[in-house]
Amino acid sequence: MKRSTIDLWVGLFVAIGIAAVTFLSLKVANLTPQSDTNTYTLTAEFDNIGGLKVKAPVKSSGVLVGRVSNIALDTKRYVANVTLVLDSKYQFSRDTSAEILTAGLLGEQYIGLTQGGDMENLKAGDHITITSSAMVLEQLIGKFMTSFADKPATGSNAASASQ
Amino acid sequence: MMEKLLSPFRHLGALTINAIWRLGFASRFLLAILLNSGQSLLRFQLTIREVYFAGVLSLIIIVVSGLFVGMVLGLQGYNTLARFGSSDALGALVALSLLRELGPVLAALLFASRSGSAMTAEIGLMKATEQLEAMSVMAVNPIARVVAPRFWAGVISMPILAAIFNVMGIFGGYLVGVVMIGLDEGTFWSQMQNNVDLHYDVINGLTKSLFFGMAVTLIAVFEGYDAVPTASGVSSATTRTVVTSALVILALDFVLTAFMF
Repeated sequence: MKRSTIDLWVGLFVAIGIAAVTFLSLKVANLTPQSDTNTYTLTAEFDNIGGLKVKAPVKSSGVLVGRVSNIALDTKRYVANVTLVLDSKYQFSRDTSAEILTAGLLGEQYIGLTQGGDMENLKAGDHITITSSAMVLEQLIGKFMTSFADKPATGSNAASASQ
Repeated sequence: MMEKLLSPFRHLGALTINAIWRLGFASRFLLAILLNSGQSLLRFQLTIREVYFAGVLSLIIIVVSGLFVGMVLGLQGYNTLARFGSSDALGALVALSLLRELGPVLAALLFASRSGSAMTAEIGLMKATEQLEAMSVMAVNPIARVVAPRFWAGVISMPILAAIFNVMGIFGGYLVGVVMIGLDEGTFWSQMQNNVDLHYDVINGLTKSLFFGMAVTLIAVFEGYDAVPTASGVSSATTRTVVTSALVILALDFVLTAFMF
């Protein structure tokens, strides 16, 4: 085989390789070039964020509107300070509420935004004041157990009646 | 009597010393390759020729195996995920297992058995027919002329082959998951995109394959250069290349994974 033919094949090989890496970055890893111009940042405080992670989705009515960009503990008041980066296509009113929800029964956690009724919209750097914490399974079971323990008499009666 | 009892230990000792001697020689050999690669990179035509033989000619086996590995992952993954009602995550499962482990490791194993063994056999036969010595006589450094281009060709080809393996595997998973089983196409891709991180998964996987490329090619050219210059010597060197490469790839994979993830 002549040199030039080999060059052609190797060039093709390298081109396919570059195409493969591009495909992996763009289509598989979803590397979308994000400029700061079409996003804005909001912060929200939660008593408990549960299993929320950085890069978790922020959804409104189930539609992806942004992502969690930072999570930090406020060491003065001991609450979690969550920074959200939202697409500037989506504007929310000042009394928007944020809650931490779970996709499916044991799925990943995300932040759900519910639009309020205020006429003015949140601006970049604003603070979401109405928040509700993540549902933590242990606390839920704990509440259930205490409410169950309030009426043990009926439970034992039912048990003896069935015997 | 004493002699008979001692001989297994003596044998074991000889094997150990031989292994350490070879390890040292291989390290010195790697240094010699790196020192002599300036010449081979200047005459890049030599390396391109070897990329053709090591990389381009491995494309078919890489593409076909990648496709089938992805299809098997799709089938098995679907069956297991469907039991837990999370068959939506099939795209993420296929992509993550390929990008992180299966792509680099399987591509390296295939590369070792297809191109590594060929390199060993070629260099070993050159040694057996005294071509390497003839080069030295003509003041051509055989490491710069024969070994270094093959080494760099392997280092260049391996990440490209691993990336192609990954793409074909993901396509195979797509064929089984979306086309054959009928999962939702949008969910398949969006689950994948939400769970795959460019730096953490894609780049780490390709870095792994770069290390595998270095290890496999070094073993291949070293075994060829170190082969006993007879027919049986070349044949056993080729066998050793495949066996050692496979072991080194898997051991190195563990070490790299422990560092990266």
